[in-house]
Amino acid sequence: MTKTILGTFLGALTLVAWTAAQQPPSPPPQQPSEIETRISGDGGLPPRLAVPDAVAITKDGESVAIAKTVAQVLRDDLEFEREFAFIPRDVMATVPAATGFSDVPFDRWRELNADGVIVATVEKQAGGVRVQVRLFNVRSRGVAFQKEYTSANARLIAHTISDEIHKSQRALDGVARSKITFSSDRDGERMVGTVEKREVKEIYIADYDGENQKRVTVGKTLNITPRWSPDSRSIAYTSYRRGEPQIFVSHIYEGTLDEVTRGPGSGQNWLPAWSPDGQRICFSSTRGGGPAQLYVANRDGSGLRRLTNDRWVNTTPTWSPSGNQIAFVSDRTGNPQIYVINADGAGGAQRISTSESYADKPSWSPPPFNEIAYTGRTGPGNDIKIIDMATRVVRQITFGEGTNESPSWAANGRHFAFMSTRSGKEQIFTVDRLGKGLKQITKTGNNQQPDWSR
Amino acid sequence: MNTYPMRSLSKFALVLLLLAAVGCHKNKPPVVRPTPPPPPPTASTSGERPPAPPEPVREPTVVPPEPVAEDKIASASLDDLNRNSPLKPVFFSLDSYDLTAENQRTLDEDAAVLKKYPTWTVTIEGHCDERGTAEYNLALGERRAVAARAYLVSLGIPADRLRTVSYGKEFPFDPGHDEAAWAKNRRAHFVVTAK
Repeated sequence: MTKTILGTFLGALTLVAWTAAQQPPSPPPQQPSEIETRISGDGGLPPRLAVPDAVAITKDGESVAIAKTVAQVLRDDLEFEREFAFIPRDVMATVPAATGFSDVPFDRWRELNADGVIVATVEKQAGGVRVQVRLFNVRSRGVAFQKEYTSANARLIAHTISDEIHKSQRALDGVARSKITFSSDRDGERMVGTVEKREVKEIYIADYDGENQKRVTVGKTLNITPRWSPDSRSIAYTSYRRGEPQIFVSHIYEGTLDEVTRGPGSGQNWLPAWSPDGQRICFSSTRGGGPAQLYVANRDGSGLRRLTNDRWVNTTPTWSPSGNQIAFVSDRTGNPQIYVINADGAGGAQRISTSESYADKPSWSPPPFNEIAYTGRTGPGNDIKIIDMATRVVRQITFGEGTNESPSWAANGRHFAFMSTRSGKEQIFTVDRLGKGLKQITKTGNNQQPDWSR
Repeated sequence: MNTYPMRSLSKFALVLLLLAAVGCHKNKPPVVRPTPPPPPPTASTSGERPPAPPEPVREPTVVPPEPVAEDKIASASLDDLNRNSPLKPVFFSLDSYDLTAENQRTLDEDAAVLKKYPTWTVTIEGHCDERGTAEYNLALGERRAVAARAYLVSLGIPADRLRTVSYGKEFPFDPGHDEAAWAKNRRAHFVVTAK
């Protein structure tokens, strides 16, 4: 539901469901005898899909281009979750194109061992395109999924189709409409007020696949450690626009800004982390006079409460999915290590990282996995590791390809984003939770500290 | 609800954001100012050019180089001052914020400068090399700045003249990726913000 609203706002998408309902959990009952709920693969294998180029009903160049884009993006989105196998592109090219839903060459798809075929049509309309999509069961020729979309944003249509097919066919919450925020120096603008050449960093957002990169801050200063609010409509971050680092919240679709920390005596404040209900923000602050300690405030900065109170650094918080606990980093043993405390600050801290000389940036996975991804020092550089909270077994994801830092989970816990220098400068990558499917999503300037939206 | 116009609305929102940011810009300068009001203006104006009256001796007598240099420091703009600062940075070893004996000697000299120019307020920036993580380095940089500040305070420099700010590893002085660069980047660095 949140996703639907989000998608609607984000990309000017109008979803016209086959039925009038916004997102019916069950497929619409048209031609009921032909409707099949799910397509399966042989013997439990992943279903094998054909996703040929979409059919341009209107033959102008724009429609033809959109038809190509929709199918390409949809294929990429579906491949990202690894829930389906696919007929390779060059093999698909040998199958004659359909002109609509009535002449799908099922026999040919059957010969190629396809279990399903996704047929989409694109029709130009005032202010955008209308895309109709059907997922056919190749064996029965029944319709497993069908829907119609109108939008000016072809990529968003494809992302929406992917999420809905994953939901209806695999009971999976896809992340194709999610976004990644990060900090970037790509503008090459110079900090004012310093004699050294220092480049500003601004907060950016991008689609999960790296498309549509947009700048969301114009602070012309150091803006770092962005974090999406759970409703994906606001970004909390650390900004030096007041001189000392403070926590700001940008409501990026309203164009408003909240200062969570401000004023005399607020000290330096870093690394905001939203509670899962989006009502509170945990962050690290030097306002107590000593080393940075953890504090929690309401999202507007009211109701400030101190969580830790010792003479060591306590920083880099992440909430557990339940909101009952907070993992953070403390240097009480001499080097940074990961600990967990109750979210109300009561009780002692329990050390989590026991096999590292240096561990930072815990990121607590959403369900169904109870894992914490973090950065561990492995040599001259750092690598991403993941600890299973139940067994405390650690698995290493990166192995010294440049330095690797700042993991952040996708909403379904199946992927995470991180920063790596493996291709030269600092860039944002995504990878799945086992380390497969690495994908670079930024290329310009240095880009760091990714955070993946819900 | 037809949401197609949202696209232009989001552009509008971006403009709003821009305006909001510009609006917030009025007290933007990243130069840190002290929370309590700075020393009274009379003190600062009189302290700016201390030895003005006894100067007008026109004889070309032997002028030791030192006072000339002092005059330059006293009259330099903040930018010029910081470009060639009489306050020397202190450097740290990996992951450490301990002050070595050498650090203390450097800070002794810095303290002498700060005593000589009692109206200066200074921001001590904490910096780290790229080997630590971006997140923890924010706290480590602060520890370095605070270590330098505490030592100067112990030498009698008033605490309210010394602000600290940590930049973690965001602003390396040397962009290189070797020990020589890292050593330069692990520092507490002084910026004169008012004189």
